[in-house]
Amino acid sequence: MLEQAQRYEAVIGLEVHVELNTNTKMFCSCAIDFGGEPNSRTCPVCLGQPGSLPVVNAKAVESAIRLGLALGCDIAPVSQFHRKNYFYPDMPKNYQISQYDIPICLHGELTVTADGQDHRVGITRVHMEEDTGKSLHVGTSGRIHGADYSLVDYNRAGIPLLEIVSEPDIRTAAQAQAYLSELRAIVLALGISDAKLEEGSMRCDANVSLRPVGHTVFGTRAEVKNMNSVRSLGRAIEYEIARQTDLLTAGHPVVQETRHWDEDAGRTSTLRTKETTEDYRYFPDPDLVPVVPDPGWIEQLRAGLPELPAARRARLADSRGLSAEQAATLVGAGLDGILDDAADAGAPPAEAANWLTNEVVAWANERDIEPAAAPLTGAQLAELSGLVADGTLSKKLARQVLGGVLDGEGDPRQVAQARGLEQISDTSAIAAAVDDAIAADPGAAQKVRDGNDKAIGALVGAVMRATKGQANPGLVNELLRKRLFADGTGGGDGG
Amino acid sequence: MSADLVTATAAQLLERLNAGDVSAAEVAQAHLDRIEATETQVDAFLHVMHDEALAAAADVDRRRAAGEQLGLLAGVPVALKDIFTTRGVPTTCGSKILDGYRPPYDSTVTARLHAADAVIVGKTNMDEFAMGSSGENSAFKLSRNPWDLGRVPGGSSAGSVAAVAAFQAPLATGTDTGGSIRQPAAFTGLVGAKPTYGRVSRYGMIAFASSLDQCGPIARTVTDAALLLQAVAGHDPMDSTSIPEPFPDLRPSLGAGVDGLRIGVVREFLESEGLEPGVRDRTTEAIERLGKLGADIVEVSLPHAVYGVSAYYLIAPSECSSNLSRFDGVRYGLRVGAGTAEEMMAATREQGFGAEVKRRIMIGTYALSAGYYDAYYAQAQRVRTLILRDFAAAFEQCDALVSPTAPTTAFAFGDKTDDPLAMYLNDVFTIPASLAGSPAVSVPGGLDDQGLPVGVQIMAPVLGEDVMFRVAAALEAELGFDPTPRGPNALKAAL
Amino acid sequence: MSLSTDDVRHVARLARLALTDEEVDSLGAQLSDILAYAEKVGEVATSDVPPTSHPYPLRNVWRDDEPRPSLPPAEAIATAPQAEDGRFHVPRIVEGEA
Repeated sequence: MLEQAQRYEAVIGLEVHVELNTNTKMFCSCAIDFGGEPNSRTCPVCLGQPGSLPVVNAKAVESAIRLGLALGCDIAPVSQFHRKNYFYPDMPKNYQISQYDIPICLHGELTVTADGQDHRVGITRVHMEEDTGKSLHVGTSGRIHGADYSLVDYNRAGIPLLEIVSEPDIRTAAQAQAYLSELRAIVLALGISDAKLEEGSMRCDANVSLRPVGHTVFGTRAEVKNMNSVRSLGRAIEYEIARQTDLLTAGHPVVQETRHWDEDAGRTSTLRTKETTEDYRYFPDPDLVPVVPDPGWIEQLRAGLPELPAARRARLADSRGLSAEQAATLVGAGLDGILDDAADAGAPPAEAANWLTNEVVAWANERDIEPAAAPLTGAQLAELSGLVADGTLSKKLARQVLGGVLDGEGDPRQVAQARGLEQISDTSAIAAAVDDAIAADPGAAQKVRDGNDKAIGALVGAVMRATKGQANPGLVNELLRKRLFADGTGGGDGG
Repeated sequence: MSADLVTATAAQLLERLNAGDVSAAEVAQAHLDRIEATETQVDAFLHVMHDEALAAAADVDRRRAAGEQLGLLAGVPVALKDIFTTRGVPTTCGSKILDGYRPPYDSTVTARLHAADAVIVGKTNMDEFAMGSSGENSAFKLSRNPWDLGRVPGGSSAGSVAAVAAFQAPLATGTDTGGSIRQPAAFTGLVGAKPTYGRVSRYGMIAFASSLDQCGPIARTVTDAALLLQAVAGHDPMDSTSIPEPFPDLRPSLGAGVDGLRIGVVREFLESEGLEPGVRDRTTEAIERLGKLGADIVEVSLPHAVYGVSAYYLIAPSECSSNLSRFDGVRYGLRVGAGTAEEMMAATREQGFGAEVKRRIMIGTYALSAGYYDAYYAQAQRVRTLILRDFAAAFEQCDALVSPTAPTTAFAFGDKTDDPLAMYLNDVFTIPASLAGSPAVSVPGGLDDQGLPVGVQIMAPVLGEDVMFRVAAALEAELGFDPTPRGPNALKAAL
Repeated sequence: MSLSTDDVRHVARLARLALTDEEVDSLGAQLSDILAYAEKVGEVATSDVPPTSHPYPLRNVWRDDEPRPSLPPAEAIATAPQAEDGRFHVPRIVEGEA
């Protein structure tokens, strides 16, 4: 396999569609509303009734420009809508209004970090288009293959989409995942979509081909669809690279086709073979006049852009002394806000960062919610750090307290008290347990006295068990040594 | 009594209605009676709206009696070409594929006529999807020229002109893409105008060629035509190509005469090969009369006009091939049951569309297809730019252009149906203004030696409807044409 | 430009027209004639001439992102040749035919 990996490199390009969260559709004033009755959010325009005409949603244009600016694109001084002509029942007009050779944004880039390295991915274009309706396939499997007939709901038809096309600069599955995650983070920061891959408000298709290392000519590519998560994208690309590698190594050609990723089976399969590439007969839509964004407006939008993830990560790492990795995890999980608050309230940033990236993320994942939605404030985190710092809690106990805070039991101090988790640091309270441990294990005690320091662990363990884990471990160690190495007078500090 | 009601112009009817001389109900009834008395001869209507018309008329009378403010056309009967959607009322566009279709919405033109308190008497026959120059492409019936029932009324607004020429209604709406109002108006001795592209909303006007289609008035006098245009023109936010500037009030300038105006005569048109002598003579006479009225006559050239028909028969079919894709048996209209979705669509379109429509869809699909787009569609659009520039240059030398409207007078049924190209050449004088987006009107210029009406076309610069109607009014006053159909084969129905 | 039968069938497929064999023949001949005439546009020198897509020069025609009432579902579906459960019925779609 290593030999083959040296022979071929993967050339990957991603096409991502983002469903905008505007109030109305791209070309008509129907409200966008999910979960309504079928065909309850339609009108003559989005139903493609004879005589209907499209009118552009200004907010969609604004969102397209903002995304283009965030991706470092040039905003086209003039762009045009084109008709993409093909027949399909979920398309009300049997053409999709899209953009062709003069899209609104061109020539951007995105730098992503994968496998510990930065990698620049060019962005060819960002353009506006409209979504299709939804078909229910009626038959045995619910899938289109083998269905008896289909039923179409046009509520989704006409919802604004932005399509982002990357250059084929991606080389690994990890880079692809990083690209998709970063793009998603940018879209969320801009507030233009809720970008949920599982729900379809963000969709990703991958074009994958291989070529011998060192060659510049592109190999035949397969388009892979149906990856509904970042993880799924990674798996699908890895599978596809392996599949194509096997084919080429065995001397077989890769067929140009569209393949469907099956998450359960963990493989791609042929969806449709393109014997002839579809002829979309693009021409400028005569019903829609050119888009000529005012340069002043573009600058206004540029000035109003929020802090983007890359800048946010850099600022976080710089200002809080965190590693790039930690900063990336925090920003990626949307936890950087809490971190900033915690640090401002006095928590050591690195410590607060650890709590967040380890405990809070795990807690959120278990409950299948976004980490950023975890019910924790920076002030609480700072309080927790304080309790560890002043010896009230050991790290282990603090973990339990944090769990309690997240579960809604109250602030850290309240939780610690309520659960009786406060570390015992009262010497006299521990002294009895120390004496009992020594008495119970004279063998270990003797080993320590003889110079085997590690043997003290058994005694520490015994004291911790006796105190239900709440004894201050540092104090336990100290008291044990005092007792073990005290002179025979037995005076000690008993009191 | 009803004879003078049906021969009255719209302007005269409005006077009498406003004076309380006659009621809207009487006017409506008179016209409905006239329709009944003459339909077997002219077959102008696909759907007569008896009940709706009488109800609308009664409502006008009631509101007038109550002292309410009434619209510009209150109580005036208007016939609508069956290309305008009318909510709940059959709209076929002359095609089997829409047989039985009742739109869920009114076109803007329909809505504005209602707002003007016009009394819509019915939907008129037309060439299928506005494709034709004789009316012979209607899927339902043959409308006949009231001047000679063995001859075509022209097309595609065949039923609209037949209705007005037969005194079934004083006003009718038509649509003009390459001459479909002007040419049939010329054939039937009427005034028919195509305004500047974008003057009248296309929302709800079933699309043939989106960058060319325009709604326009058909009437027996210039004043009436201007009145109807006034009632429907003006910006519409539902149509992105709708001109924002308000439509001027034409009435003040109508009687201004032509003294001092420069009238351009298009050299290439009068030298045109297929131009009938009778048409040439009436046109040159009209030009001489304008000269005598004080206009300066200058010869101008439109050097690229000769390529107009070729460019048009690439652009219009291309746009229509896309516009007609929506007719697929899924959302409305005809459905021909067959196996798969694709088979159903193809069978529905095969059976639902007539020969001319199929021809144009095929030409358009071909002209847009991969490999041919640049030489056909794109090249035609570049020629269009040159024609636009020709018009702009010509209008620097003159205020209006005059030419014949059509190369011949009305021909007999079946004369040109064997040769599509011969039919297309009917539009040789009307197409250039369509490509340029310039307003143009046909006014009666007299009769040829067979006693058939000859139309004279007046073209004006973009937004120049005031100049155009002013010249038209002057010519009309000068010639004193009687619009009553007469001749051995004319409509026989005592007035 | 002369169209072969294959050309005609290919275009008919793109346009979803189930032409009869007769139509393929007659349309083919007619289309060849019409296109030959239309090809006259090729005689015109246009190297620096931009194409016109819109005869009246408008720009930036947009609308506010404010919702307006949609059609009631019953009206939206009323024109359907065939409907079921408030949705438009379509015979079985075979992938790869698209």
